Amino acid sequence: MNEMTRNERESSEERKLELRLAPPGVENWFNTSNNNKQRAYDYDYDYESKLSLGNFLHFPSNKAIVKGKESSSSQTCCPKSVELQNGDNKVTAVSNTSQKRTAPGPVVGWPPIRSFRKNLATSSNSKPSPPESHTQQHNKVAGKKPIDNFGKGLFVKINMDGVPIGRKVDLNAYDSYQNLSSAVDELFRGLLKAQRDSSSCRGNKEEEKVISGLLDGSGEYTLVYEDNEGDRMLVGDVPWHMFVSTVKRLRVLKSTELSAFTLGTKQDKIPT
Amino acid sequence: MNYFPDEVIEHVFDYVVSHSDRNSLSLVCKSWYRIERFTRQRVFIGNCYSISPERLVERFPDLKSLTLKGKPHFADFSLVPHGWGGFVYPWIEALAKSKVGLEELRLKRMVVSDESLELLSRSFMNFKSLVLVSCEGFTTDGLAAVAANCRSLRELDLQENEVEDHKGQWLSCFPENCTSLVSLNFACLKGEINIGALERLVARSPNLKSLRLNRSVPVDALQRILMRAPQLMDLGIGSFFHDLNSDAYAKLRTTILKCTSITSLSGFLEVAPFSLAAMYPICQNLTSLNLSYAAGIQGSELIKLIRHCGKLQRLWIMDCIGDKGLGVVATACKDLQELRVFPSAPFGNQGAVTEKGLVAISMGCRKLHSLLYFCHQMTNAALITVAKNCPNFIRFRLCILDATKPDPDTMQPLDEGFGAIVQSCKQLRRLSLSGQLTDQVFLYIGMYAEQLEMLSIAFAGETDKGMLYVLNGCKKLRKLEIRDCPFGDTALLTDIGKYETMRSLWMSSCEVTVGACKTLAKKMPSLNVEIFGEGEQADCYVEDGQRVEKMYLYRTVAGKREDAPEYVWTL
Repeated sequence: MNEMTRNERESSEERKLELRLAPPGVENWFNTSNNNKQRAYDYDYDYESKLSLGNFLHFPSNKAIVKGKESSSSQTCCPKSVELQNGDNKVTAVSNTSQKRTAPGPVVGWPPIRSFRKNLATSSNSKPSPPESHTQQHNKVAGKKPIDNFGKGLFVKINMDGVPIGRKVDLNAYDSYQNLSSAVDELFRGLLKAQRDSSSCRGNKEEEKVISGLLDGSGEYTLVYEDNEGDRMLVGDVPWHMFVSTVKRLRVLKSTELSAFTLGTKQDKIPT
Repeated sequence: MNYFPDEVIEHVFDYVVSHSDRNSLSLVCKSWYRIERFTRQRVFIGNCYSISPERLVERFPDLKSLTLKGKPHFADFSLVPHGWGGFVYPWIEALAKSKVGLEELRLKRMVVSDESLELLSRSFMNFKSLVLVSCEGFTTDGLAAVAANCRSLRELDLQENEVEDHKGQWLSCFPENCTSLVSLNFACLKGEINIGALERLVARSPNLKSLRLNRSVPVDALQRILMRAPQLMDLGIGSFFHDLNSDAYAKLRTTILKCTSITSLSGFLEVAPFSLAAMYPICQNLTSLNLSYAAGIQGSELIKLIRHCGKLQRLWIMDCIGDKGLGVVATACKDLQELRVFPSAPFGNQGAVTEKGLVAISMGCRKLHSLLYFCHQMTNAALITVAKNCPNFIRFRLCILDATKPDPDTMQPLDEGFGAIVQSCKQLRRLSLSGQLTDQVFLYIGMYAEQLEMLSIAFAGETDKGMLYVLNGCKKLRKLEIRDCPFGDTALLTDIGKYETMRSLWMSSCEVTVGACKTLAKKMPSLNVEIFGEGEQADCYVEDGQRVEKMYLYRTVAGKREDAPEYVWTL
């Protein structure tokens, strides 16, 4: 909590220099273009073009930067995309951060260890026996509770209606549907906004909309998945660990489309 | 001007062994170039796309040993999409077609098909040594071909490869008259092997010095193998899982007492708690200990074991040893030269080792020259202390799991700490950075890291100046790999001649645009500039202003490569 107030204090002090993007109320984002001119950039930086859709491919990989950069005053010269993400997270930091702080965003290739090592924790301490008995055997002999799957990344593809570029999420980074839903919101919020911006007139006229109600059908979008039998299922019906062990890919559907296709067998699968 | 006949010069050249020295010899004059190329037996190619196989074979007809590296280093961390390249087949094909009597092939990060292994095994009568590190694309069928056909095989060393198990009997394919094995390492294989065949193979290999098993070899078999091979110097135990009260365990303890030649120990892919005590008798002889795959060993057991290892020079371990455990290492292992501490919970929140452990090590292990350290936090003060205590670092790789974490005591970036390292360690050749870092650290690196050959940067820096400091300052830079940094076109294009002096440059998730890459490629025909995304089609990059997701450029005399997948766009 202390970190947050420190952030807010610093942010107000350095508002002139810091580039932010946030919904109105927290920060007047119209300042960004002014800030750009005030900044002592060394390189020729075309601010406008960087906001075109293609550049959003860059966005999420900066997630990991956020945590460390919250409080340093040497942030002033950070390029826009980093600060955007930073600002984004600062906003959410005000609202509901506890999940974001404890569950590290899954960044591809970080930490830099070979995939060989990532799988070690799950495959140690048990004889080469059928998979179901792994944890039981481990319990009996080692006398401690089963090791989490933390060593192994479980990356599944996730596509969203209206967004041509898909993402991948590491399901092992989450322990509940709620966390997953927040992560999906974070992942696609920016991309969705970029879609709207590029199809409308130039400039960021729209604010970012939170993608909510993914799990209960109340939002504009609903989260569904394809399981290991090829069936389309609604996310949230089965216990989390069962979901994790059967999910093959995820999809963020427009809720209006839900009735348009059948949730069910392979034959009804809509090609992605 | 040569006053000596060729034979004399050849004889002199015999004493010149290192690759860079031999390369220098060939540049002196035409005559030396000619003599050198006909006497060169060992060739190292750091980037398999820098030269064509045909050219290699043409220049060095007496080639005996070839080392090849394929994919960029960041491929180890899943940053290079599948199918990018690095296929070894064309090389084996070219070598097979020529009269080259290949004896040794060492590959790293290459795609090796079963077909290549079969061709290899049939083409070179005197083939002796196959070393595959971080490779993929082959199955146990390919291994079977090597085992069956390479009559004078001495070394089969498989390190951290992705091998598909076809449940064959590849080990049984070593013929009965194969008695030449010196080194056999199959620890990375996931499947079962024929235990009887293994024991018989060991029994008929009197020269066997290095044996690394996979987890399918049970303890009773291990004991019998050790009985047969008391001359072993390097042992990799796959499974150490057994009932502590069993006869098998008791027998093993006795047998181990006889293994006085073992100086290198590794493996323990699965291990029963409290069973490591069986190893204590040989610990005093160990110079190399690799327990980095042993996720099942608790910190306290590790510490007890290491207390016995007074002669250790190389230690690879997991961070469950903790800061306190590293303190024990510092006290017990005064000869330590290389330390690697791996994270046991890469995505978890537990703080297993911190700057304290590293400081303790630096105080006790003054001979330390190579470090790979995964930790949860680091401070400038600690790095400055480490720099003072250990000025002999050649390799310094620090990975703070929270990639941009500042010094937790001062909340400052780690610029000063790394600056101290590069200033103090004048022989530093390899450096990996992490934590919160501004352009300042790169200013220090450019100023002080005169011997630096390889630099890895992630989530660091503020402006193009950072990258320029490095490109301008580090005269010996060969490999630069950057991910998620705000370096863009200006940094890329300011000193394009520099890239001809380097092996390669990798930039992913930075600020470089398609247009800049095109410009670079146009101006520098001696470079291959490849851009690609995450499996996207190459034609998604239509606008010059569009940011490039991944760029890999390298110098080459082979021109644009023919085997690039659709998603790679070579400009």
